[in-house]
Amino acid sequence: MSKKMPPTPMLDQLESGPWPSFVTGLKRLAEVEGKAHAGIMKSLLGQLEHSYQTRKGYWKGGTVGVFGYGAGVIPRFSEVADQYPESSEFHTLRIMPAPGFFYDTKTLRQMCDIWEEHGSGLIALHGQSGDIMFQGCRTEQVQAAWDKINEMGFDMGGAGAGVRTSASCVGPARCEQACFDTLEAHRTIINDFVDDIHRPSLPYKLKFKFSGCANDCANATQRADVAILGTWKDDMQVDQKEVQAKVKQLGRKEFINQVIRMCPTQALGLNDDDTLDVDNKSCVRCMHCINVCTKALKPGKERGICVLVGGKRTLKIGDLMGTVVIPFMKLETEEDYEKLLELAHNMLDFFADNALEHERTGEMIERIGLVNYLEALGLPLDVNMINQPRTNSYIRTDGWEEEARKWAERKTSAAE
Amino acid sequence: MSELRRPIESGVPDSKQFMHPALVRNYGKWAFHDRPRPGVLRHVSESGEAVFTVKAGTQRQLDVFTIRKLCDIADAFCDGHLRFTVRSSAEFMTTDEAKVEPLINRLEAEGFPVGGTGNSVGFISHTQGWLHCDIPGTDASGVVKALMDELVDEFKSEEMPNRVKITTSCCQINCGGQGDIAINVQHTKPPVINHALVAGVCERPTVIARCPVAAIRPALVDGKPSLEVDEKKCVCCGACYPPCPPMQINDPVHSKIAIWVGGKHSSTRTKPMFHKLVAAGLPNNAPRWPEVAEVVKKILTVYKNDARPWERMGEWIERIGWPRFFELTELPFTKYHVDNWRGGRANLNASAQLHF
Repeated sequence: MSKKMPPTPMLDQLESGPWPSFVTGLKRLAEVEGKAHAGIMKSLLGQLEHSYQTRKGYWKGGTVGVFGYGAGVIPRFSEVADQYPESSEFHTLRIMPAPGFFYDTKTLRQMCDIWEEHGSGLIALHGQSGDIMFQGCRTEQVQAAWDKINEMGFDMGGAGAGVRTSASCVGPARCEQACFDTLEAHRTIINDFVDDIHRPSLPYKLKFKFSGCANDCANATQRADVAILGTWKDDMQVDQKEVQAKVKQLGRKEFINQVIRMCPTQALGLNDDDTLDVDNKSCVRCMHCINVCTKALKPGKERGICVLVGGKRTLKIGDLMGTVVIPFMKLETEEDYEKLLELAHNMLDFFADNALEHERTGEMIERIGLVNYLEALGLPLDVNMINQPRTNSYIRTDGWEEEARKWAERKTSAAE
Repeated sequence: MSELRRPIESGVPDSKQFMHPALVRNYGKWAFHDRPRPGVLRHVSESGEAVFTVKAGTQRQLDVFTIRKLCDIADAFCDGHLRFTVRSSAEFMTTDEAKVEPLINRLEAEGFPVGGTGNSVGFISHTQGWLHCDIPGTDASGVVKALMDELVDEFKSEEMPNRVKITTSCCQINCGGQGDIAINVQHTKPPVINHALVAGVCERPTVIARCPVAAIRPALVDGKPSLEVDEKKCVCCGACYPPCPPMQINDPVHSKIAIWVGGKHSSTRTKPMFHKLVAAGLPNNAPRWPEVAEVVKKILTVYKNDARPWERMGEWIERIGWPRFFELTELPFTKYHVDNWRGGRANLNASAQLHF
């Protein structure tokens, strides 16, 4: 039974040094006697060392799943199984954690026990989309492992051309800067899209991410097709006594350097008595001064979300940041949440109907133009959607008067 | 065979059942936070109650023994609760200030560096690599471990001008995302095609459609349907490889590593930025990638010495200008830095504003 540890001279070099070593972890799993994962991990270490020696990967995909779902298991079959037979199948189960990556130890220990029994004992916390990655499962163990994880109250994450697992910042659970309940919004949206997560049938992937303010701790702006970011509409909250204390702490010169001068729209000034002068009309809610003066400054009280759509990395047309499609909406009442859900479903439906195969939302909008997207979704035009008006004249404007009338109407109804 | 069990389609669970009770008590009622020392956050609620968070780095690829070790610590100090950050750091929370110092000591003693808060170099977000991915050009876990060994002091202190987010990616899909510094595989040769397998494995129109520069076309090779690549057009991005594994893009010598700088997601101060290519052609030199570490450390040193407080990497470079960046980092500036992709004109200097 106890096969010998494979020689791993290259991987061994990743065991030294102050940072925790994943190689040491893999070896520990391989060295435990009497556990199924010992054999798997000896084999895995052998294949990984082979990759290090030859500088190539040796996994290929395939088709492995669980009953009732069309996605969530990432199949991996070894191309060098003849040399490393016990890790010939090394599939991953993507499991969605609770929003904000919160755990109690009972849950984590239970997950460890399941994965020790049915898998390799290797778990990534977390994958780049935000999944718990239960890595290293043989095909015949996948269903049994899944059944136990599912019975714990956890569900499978997304893969392929469907809605993907989401991520959110810590939000109101531990941050005074959160302008909406990121965790609740995450759960509300994702749990309304489980069918599109588990049975992918879209042109390509669709990701939602949630950050409570412009700091975007969940990395939503570029990494999500739909980024939901917190902001506020009224004036920033200022505690002038605490401002004076901060000026004292930093020194006047450094306060000016670090707070006043760093404001992107020059909306701040320091008064003669070391209180802060805020031009709220110029403020863009960027969070900088609030980050520096965590005690003195806070977002305003009329809080809500803005929605940016279309973020993605290079392939295929080039990098895209999400851009604004909703500058502000409240997200407090049940009706607000209903409205957000309806919007999300409209976005998904339009994407499903109009994107080309393997085209992301941002690429689709680039192809059809933002105005067509807004009109299709019934989203009102807003000047906050642009950096500046168009600079080229290739536009047919014979509907100008009608559009100007619509603008005036919207302004009037907003004023009421 | 017994009847298969239908899944419970429950979605994500409610976080509150897993949260430390102090977080549930003060949910949405936080007044402010500060950082008593690197690696520790203190959040104070409107009620006056304070929660201390101690943040520790992990290896992300966690064996069950390491997870249980983290659980033991959470049981001993945090009433059995912990959370993870998007960059795989573990966060331990307690309301008892007296527990903070012993908690830090325990984490350090167990091998988990405490840090990653404020203006530090956070843990490097990374992808699956040779350990599990089907298309990787390198092993992110190894690159990250090797780099964090070198950068651990910057993780444990808050001496950078602003936070530094580093990412790695094992191919040009760039799953690691935008970063102040991004370390990504950059292939330099077109795919090598195994023509015998293409017809059986690849849906050819899909592969042709996937190419960003229309360099792939159908071909008959040795009487079999296959694909061919116009190597003059090919940009070696590897997009054809996932839908068609016989188009092998990874190469032990020609798959290189490139370094990009100045990306950020946040809208703080400046608008979000993409990272920009600064170095390429670095060897994929497992197991410790010393050439990559050298360039990353050089960039970090220059940034640390030259940037003003709160300037992120990209903001600092915008202020000092790219000529100064290349001068200070002593990196070569080449024709490959000049963007000629669609929209690339926006990256040219259309002004008489010059740096000398």
